[in-house]
Amino acid sequence: MSDITQARRALVARILEERGEASRAQRRAAFDGAGLPEPLRTLIDKVAKYAHRITDEDVASVRSSGVREDEIFELVVCAAVGQASRQYDAALVALDIANGKDGHAARDS
Amino acid sequence: MRLAILDSGHGFATKALFALIRVFSGQPVLDVIKLVKYRADFYGGPMSRVTHGAMRGPSAWSVGDRELMAALVAKTNECTWCTQAHAAVASGAYRDAARVSAVLSDLETAPIEEPLRATLRLLRKVTREQTVAPEDMRAVLAAGVSPEQIEDALAVCFAFNVIGRLADAFGFVQPGPEAFEAGAKYLLARGYR
Repeated sequence: MSDITQARRALVARILEERGEASRAQRRAAFDGAGLPEPLRTLIDKVAKYAHRITDEDVASVRSSGVREDEIFELVVCAAVGQASRQYDAALVALDIANGKDGHAARDS
Repeated sequence: MRLAILDSGHGFATKALFALIRVFSGQPVLDVIKLVKYRADFYGGPMSRVTHGAMRGPSAWSVGDRELMAALVAKTNECTWCTQAHAAVASGAYRDAARVSAVLSDLETAPIEEPLRATLRLLRKVTREQTVAPEDMRAVLAAGVSPEQIEDALAVCFAFNVIGRLADAFGFVQPGPEAFEAGAKYLLARGYR
């Protein structure tokens, strides 16, 4: 099987824990989809829930609020990876239960 | 694209690479390439290892099957850019564009194998509803799909739930069909590295 476990863990560690233009706290908040001020909150919320509805104005208003483009780049990446991770982790737990394994024990890193 | 840095913030060597791509492919550089090459140590590098593993790593699913999964996840997220891009790759991998368009227009009536259909249904539910129950997994297992195949399909689902969100958030510009065809040929020859 393809097994992306290590590569995915490395991606999440890189975007959340290593050096970035946005603070670690902001990147974590974007990943979790919680605790960001407006207008950033609206943009990050849309990335997670319905990214196709994001408009030029959503991004422009974040930029006008003083958030630099490199920070927006990082925070949007964190939001996308965070949402996809929640879906993926929930699905793996369901698979482990269906397969007769203890989800948490089997997947613990 | 909505961030100027993603269009033109690359270093000299990357800009030179883009010029070469334009000359040799005769096509504009796709926005997804501009994204993965921008500060590649942050996103493009680590993400390419995930995507390449999911799409080209060892799996009981064919490359065509996995590209079709990518296209269906993109369609579920209403990401037009990724749907077109990966429909083109899947069509090339299968050498069967009709199969791909049948799945994308109606998964339930498309002439495909039942294990693949059950797996695509699962990915659609994970993507649309964010979560699935053990019963959903049992339905896929009962269709003859192995747990390893489900995990491989979920890896594709993960990668394209990331990429589609970025395509829509950053506002990837829709190129002509020839650019997607050229991109599909590249992805079939070289993968996502």
